[in-house]
Amino acid sequence: MDTVLQQLINGLSLGAIYALIALGYTMVYGVLRLINFAHGDVYMLGAFAGYFLANALNLDASPSIAGAIVVTLGAMAICGVIGVLIERLAYRPVRHHSRLTALITAIGVSLLLEYGGQVVFGANPRFFPQMIRAEVYSVGGVQITNQNLLIIVVAIVVMFGLEFIVHRTRIGKAMRATSFNLSVAKLMGINTDYVIAFTFALGSALAAVGGVMVALAIPRIDPLMGLMTGLKAFVAAVLGGIGNIPGAMIGGVLIGLLETWLGATAYSTYRDAAAFAVLILILLFRPAGIMGTATVEKV
Amino acid sequence: MADTVLETRAVTKRFGGLTAVKTLTMQVERGALYGLIGPNGAGKTTVFNLLTGVYDPTDGEMLFQGARIEGRKPHEITRLGIARTFQNIRLFPDLSVLENVMAARHLRSRQTFADAVLGTPRHHAEEQEIRARSMALLELFDLQRLADEAAIGLPYGSQRRLEIARALATDPQLLLLDEPAAGMNPQEARDLMRVIRRLRDEFALTILLVEHNMKVVMGVCETVHVIDYGETIAIGPPAEIQKNPKVIEAYLGGA
Amino acid sequence: MRVTTKILATAATIGLLLGLNYLFEHGFGDFRINAYYARILNLIGINITLAVSLNLINGLAGQFSIGHAGFMAVGGYSATFVTVYYGSAIAGLFGSSLNDAVGAAVVMTISLLTGAAAAAVAGLAVGIPSLRLRGDYLAIVTLGFSEIIRVIILNIPAVGGATGFTAAIPITNFFWIFAVAILTIVIVRNIAASTFGRVLATIRGDEVAAEAMGISTTRYKVLAFVISAALAGVAGGLSGQLFANPLNPQNLNFVRSIEIIVMIVIGGIGSISGAVFGATTLTILPEALRRLDQQFPGLRMVTYALLLILMMIFRPQGLFGRREFGWAWLRRRGPAAPAAAIK
Repeated sequence: MDTVLQQLINGLSLGAIYALIALGYTMVYGVLRLINFAHGDVYMLGAFAGYFLANALNLDASPSIAGAIVVTLGAMAICGVIGVLIERLAYRPVRHHSRLTALITAIGVSLLLEYGGQVVFGANPRFFPQMIRAEVYSVGGVQITNQNLLIIVVAIVVMFGLEFIVHRTRIGKAMRATSFNLSVAKLMGINTDYVIAFTFALGSALAAVGGVMVALAIPRIDPLMGLMTGLKAFVAAVLGGIGNIPGAMIGGVLIGLLETWLGATAYSTYRDAAAFAVLILILLFRPAGIMGTATVEKV
Repeated sequence: MADTVLETRAVTKRFGGLTAVKTLTMQVERGALYGLIGPNGAGKTTVFNLLTGVYDPTDGEMLFQGARIEGRKPHEITRLGIARTFQNIRLFPDLSVLENVMAARHLRSRQTFADAVLGTPRHHAEEQEIRARSMALLELFDLQRLADEAAIGLPYGSQRRLEIARALATDPQLLLLDEPAAGMNPQEARDLMRVIRRLRDEFALTILLVEHNMKVVMGVCETVHVIDYGETIAIGPPAEIQKNPKVIEAYLGGA
Repeated sequence: MRVTTKILATAATIGLLLGLNYLFEHGFGDFRINAYYARILNLIGINITLAVSLNLINGLAGQFSIGHAGFMAVGGYSATFVTVYYGSAIAGLFGSSLNDAVGAAVVMTISLLTGAAAAAVAGLAVGIPSLRLRGDYLAIVTLGFSEIIRVIILNIPAVGGATGFTAAIPITNFFWIFAVAILTIVIVRNIAASTFGRVLATIRGDEVAAEAMGISTTRYKVLAFVISAALAGVAGGLSGQLFANPLNPQNLNFVRSIEIIVMIVIGGIGSISGAVFGATTLTILPEALRRLDQQFPGLRMVTYALLLILMMIFRPQGLFGRREFGWAWLRRRGPAAPAAAIK
């Protein structure tokens, strides 16, 4: 029973990271019908931004909660700007081209960030400083690190914040309108360019939180870390129903749990493939995902 | 005894809570010019989509030349002998005018894939035949001079004619025309009426027509079937339908 | 072309390739081709096969697949497996050995056919479920399958696992590479210029209308996919059995699939000559950038990435669009309207 609970905690914590990243995918897909392949790499940039900030604040020598908060907010701001830049420079010029063109562009941006990261940061991994002194709590035979706890709590807080923004603010309403029908939203007087930029900024900021959080638990960061994680987070978004915000959260948790569970079994080398297997099954049997609604093409 | 080419028996189509077509029963005889009319949203294109296999009926049966066709895929139904045009023109964007028609000849092709890859004599012979037949169809609609033009670059009226030529290339016995006169001026509409009659007479086709242009419907159709909100409200010759009070009410609205 | 003309042309091509192959390996008088350039030429040939075969499904059929590396892997590993474990036995059946030209030729033929067959089966397995999806989703699913294939191969010790299939016997040479490349071009061109090419164009253009014209879109999508996969498998078999070029799951990943896509995008999706151009350019380019890449690891991919992005923004139809360039035979048939599919 202990190991099951242990797996549960680990899975939730991993799932929280996936959820944070998945939210960005789902929001951008919602307004633009674009799979932002580069999103996973924004997560990576969040981790690196946090790394440089944490080192600048010398947190390794004197870890503190305040420092961690500053680092996280700083990373969020930096990635928010990066997200807006990506949209403005790479995606907006191709917005009226075919979706295929947009997809290829997204792949290009992703590769640019990954290997550009290698060029700028070097291919060797770096080690994120410890922002908070690690502590382990033992609850009924289960080891919970304060990092795990923090990740889960932060993720929950962030998600509540997102729900608030999306459902109780004007910009949130504008986002929802744009995601239903971009041209009509424009006709209704919504500045869709601004809404789209905001969506990218928001999603990127969330990914940055994910990047910093993951670095707390697994301090090793490198420029290619966003590739696999990003793809799995994307699967999580599809699992939950692409375009659906609660769905992204649910999907993230489920993928996190699945991966953790597999890691404990004999099939751990197939862990990476598992997410893809889930993707394929979902798209074949329930493409709308858990929370999504199927749309019928008008002939 | 009359030869029933197409028959539907109490065909119903529901989309979730919405019933688009309600117990549609109709019989179309061979060589008929059968018109399906009704106010906007009455379900006419849905009927076409049901007949061509794009949708499966929720209930009821459809028979083409005695054989059941519900549940069959669109390409199978076309193969059996039903061809259609679309309300919103759907020409193949990357192909020329001629190629659009040639593509529709494919289903009657007898060559194998290997023939094409190896470039056998059978392949070349069939290519010639496909090209010749397709050109003949273009000539029928006076489109032959535009053969190598991009299909989507054509003026609207020509595109509609091309769609009909393309449908004919599949060698159908039943032709479904979805608002063929849409966007046509009176002269073009008159030409269309002539073409439709010719198609029936020279090609031994049965034609089922959805149309809003009443001049065309009343001028061409021998039987008119009126539906409203998915239900049949009248079937009969044009003269009767025009005087039918229920039909008038459906179009003009009740008090 | 009459049948006799065709047979003569084929014989002449084979003769030419054999002659060039001899030149390659033995030189002419005092002249010997530089081993480095020879290698690049070989890689170009393999990439041509990969690019042109990918064009069949992505360009002609309009189904965006990012899983080509997976089929290359399945075919490559199967082909190499046959040679490594059964090669000597097969050669022995013909009274020959792998070191002998005849033996090597026979084994290579069987090896490549096996690779093609295995990749074709993989194409069927992946295609049937995936091809009912459209656009982005199809792309992601093919990516998923490709990754699953890669992970499975990683876990098979008999073919080398993570270190790669280093036990491969290098029986690939210039002749085989370019024979396959030319064959691929001929096959794809003939398909494109035939009624089947029109069928694929209809599927690419409007599937609903295609179905309404009696075309089974599923059947032809799967067919194109399987052929494309089989050819990629052969390319894999050639690649893995090239001297000092063992197959490795780490290289047969998503990035490799993207590299092939960049090749056809640069040339123009839907253009065979475009694919050849793209394959050539993008084999030479990384070599040209190699020294730079050694100093700054990642620069090669950064260049690719920028190339992709800039092309999509400024010239999404690629260099040739859907047009064919050059030899009239290549150009003679095929869609008349050069309307760009990507715009």
